[in-house]
Amino acid sequence: MIHLLTQLGEKTRHSFTKLGRSSFFLQQILIAIIDVLPRPHLLSKQLYAIGVLSFFLITISGLFVGMVLGLQGYYILSNFGADEALGVMVATSLVRELGPVVAALLFAGRAGSALTAEIGLMKATEQLSGMEMMAIDPIKRIIAPRFLAGFISMPLLAALFSSVGILGGHLIGVNLLGVDEGSYWSQMQTSLDFYDDILNGVIKSLIFGFVISWIALFEGYDAIPTSEGVSRATTRTVVNSAFAILGLDFILTALMFGDI
Amino acid sequence: MQHSVKQDTLVGLFVATGIAALFFMAMQISNLSAFSETESYTISAAFENSGGLKVKSPVVVGGVRVGRVVAITLDQKKFQSVVTMKIESQYDQLPEDTSASIFTAGLLGEQYVSLEPGGMDEVLVNNSIIDITQPAIVLEEIIGKFLFKDNDAESKE
Repeated sequence: MIHLLTQLGEKTRHSFTKLGRSSFFLQQILIAIIDVLPRPHLLSKQLYAIGVLSFFLITISGLFVGMVLGLQGYYILSNFGADEALGVMVATSLVRELGPVVAALLFAGRAGSALTAEIGLMKATEQLSGMEMMAIDPIKRIIAPRFLAGFISMPLLAALFSSVGILGGHLIGVNLLGVDEGSYWSQMQTSLDFYDDILNGVIKSLIFGFVISWIALFEGYDAIPTSEGVSRATTRTVVNSAFAILGLDFILTALMFGDI
Repeated sequence: MQHSVKQDTLVGLFVATGIAALFFMAMQISNLSAFSETESYTISAAFENSGGLKVKSPVVVGGVRVGRVVAITLDQKKFQSVVTMKIESQYDQLPEDTSASIFTAGLLGEQYVSLEPGGMDEVLVNNSIIDITQPAIVLEEIIGKFLFKDNDAESKE
């Protein structure tokens, strides 16, 4: 019994220590970002690895999600004779929720896990400590550019996801199922607000980008430097990112759209 | 990873398409382009019942959107709802005896204010008040009336 309690206490303390370490790590990154700005080639390399390589995954997923929304929305809305409202349904669900959330989940799986594995392996092969020996701060050189690239890529990818999804809904709804094209766009335009819907979606994706990059980089940096440790860290990145995205999404939605 | 010009180009393309997607959303999907803050003047009208009218609901004349609702408040003395509307300045020829009604687009669609121009020479200016109004039609009331009428008819028989 006492043994159990000690273990519980140990685990709780351990998780708080980890939270503290990650907060300190975040603070170091944020300070180091200033040093990235004069070296744009570091950032552009990471934007390529994080953003450009996620481009096709995000656009193709967005297209299919939009097409499914168009199909399902049409079946349900046509029951009520309201299939003109298809555009509103597709656009609202994409811009407010699905765009930021699904893009973030895919991003965590595609780019987040890669980041953790990369950093973890750098640590396991002692590249990070090698850099420290050469008086190069790995946080400034390795971590901060990746963090900034994730933070920049995420809203762009989410916007792409939503836009492509709306076009996918258009493809199915208008071109295939025969919803009127004019009402698809015009009803969308009258019911979606730039500040309430689109800007809030962008803010969501910025926050998700921040959190995913933070989790992925910290798990990599904090990984046990063995092959098993790296693999565990990669799993933790995907799991923790998914929890953080969905939990934060609920809080953000309640804050942003609660009073409407 | 070797750093190359091709990578830079791809990064540039990626950022450009991302920003283009944001622009697409702002312009094509939202109402940003429809109602940028153009010059406008404010008029108000008191309705017995403003129904499901909301802030930002459209104000139309003969089906053409000329402005939007900016505020709905309760007049504590008459217990009427005072609807304040912003009308675009280019539509400055509305006669003073214009009447306002609240209609519903379709059976269950959103509600809007419809202005029907009268025949006077004087025009509505900033802070004018529309006197002739027709309240929103509340579906439940009509159904209620319909049912009661039916009951009355039955009881007379």
